[in-house]
Amino acid sequence: MQVDPRGLRFGAAVTTLVLALVLITGSPWLLAAQAVVFVLGAFVAAPYVLFFKHVLRPRLGPPSELEDAAPPRFAQGLGMAFAFVGLIGFATGVTPLALGATAAALLAAFLNAAFGFCLGCEVFLIIRRLQPGRIS
Amino acid sequence: MTGFVVLAVTLVGGTLLGVVLRRRDGVLRSAKAKESAVDFGESLGERATLVQFSTAFCQPCRATRRVLGEVAELVPGVRHIEIDAESRLDLVRTFDILRTPTVLILNSSGNIVKRASGQPRKADVIAALGLAVPPNVDGMSQHPDGK
Repeated sequence: MQVDPRGLRFGAAVTTLVLALVLITGSPWLLAAQAVVFVLGAFVAAPYVLFFKHVLRPRLGPPSELEDAAPPRFAQGLGMAFAFVGLIGFATGVTPLALGATAAALLAAFLNAAFGFCLGCEVFLIIRRLQPGRIS
Repeated sequence: MTGFVVLAVTLVGGTLLGVVLRRRDGVLRSAKAKESAVDFGESLGERATLVQFSTAFCQPCRATRRVLGEVAELVPGVRHIEIDAESRLDLVRTFDILRTPTVLILNSSGNIVKRASGQPRKADVIAALGLAVPPNVDGMSQHPDGK
């Protein structure tokens, strides 16, 4: 599946904003909402990207090139994991865990929005390297 | 209040990281002399080989494939091979590859002369190839250029 890279950048920008608000307000509910967005992005379709596709893209015109959908989908899954860890932090009252996990997800979203750099995608190989090697 | 500090630190750190990554991305550096007799599973190019490590979850891999494919077509005797990093974790560990795409430029004898992580620019690859295959330096070359 192919996606419009501008939609991904837009989605990352909205995610950055939401996670920044989570840090400022300390609201677990906002983080929970973002966690739902991550789950949808990883397994169904990213809501922010859908908004871009249906509302903004018709005004902007077609993209000059498309990107593979698998890497951002994987990154959404990582975002989901961090959001869940953050929620556990909020639920158990371990604030450093809540803020740390939220900040990690924010860092990835920010790098994607501002630099087009997919941190989650980079982490993929490092995770695979740590696992026992499947050698063909 | 703590949240504000965490936010500021994250954004400043992210900006610095992004600038550093952008600056280093795709820059071809001289490679340390390493294992030369590595089996990449494919035959090497006559004069040089562009080895690209990719994964399924890699955004710039596709564009890198295009760039290196174009260079291989442009420069005679140069071959582009792409390796799925996940299925060759042995090579990933041997060459200490942390990111995809990572591009290795091999000379005619299969020694790594340059490497880059991130998507390299076409002009840089061509320039690096010029250095990778000088007939006067590479004494082991079995394929003299003619000119």
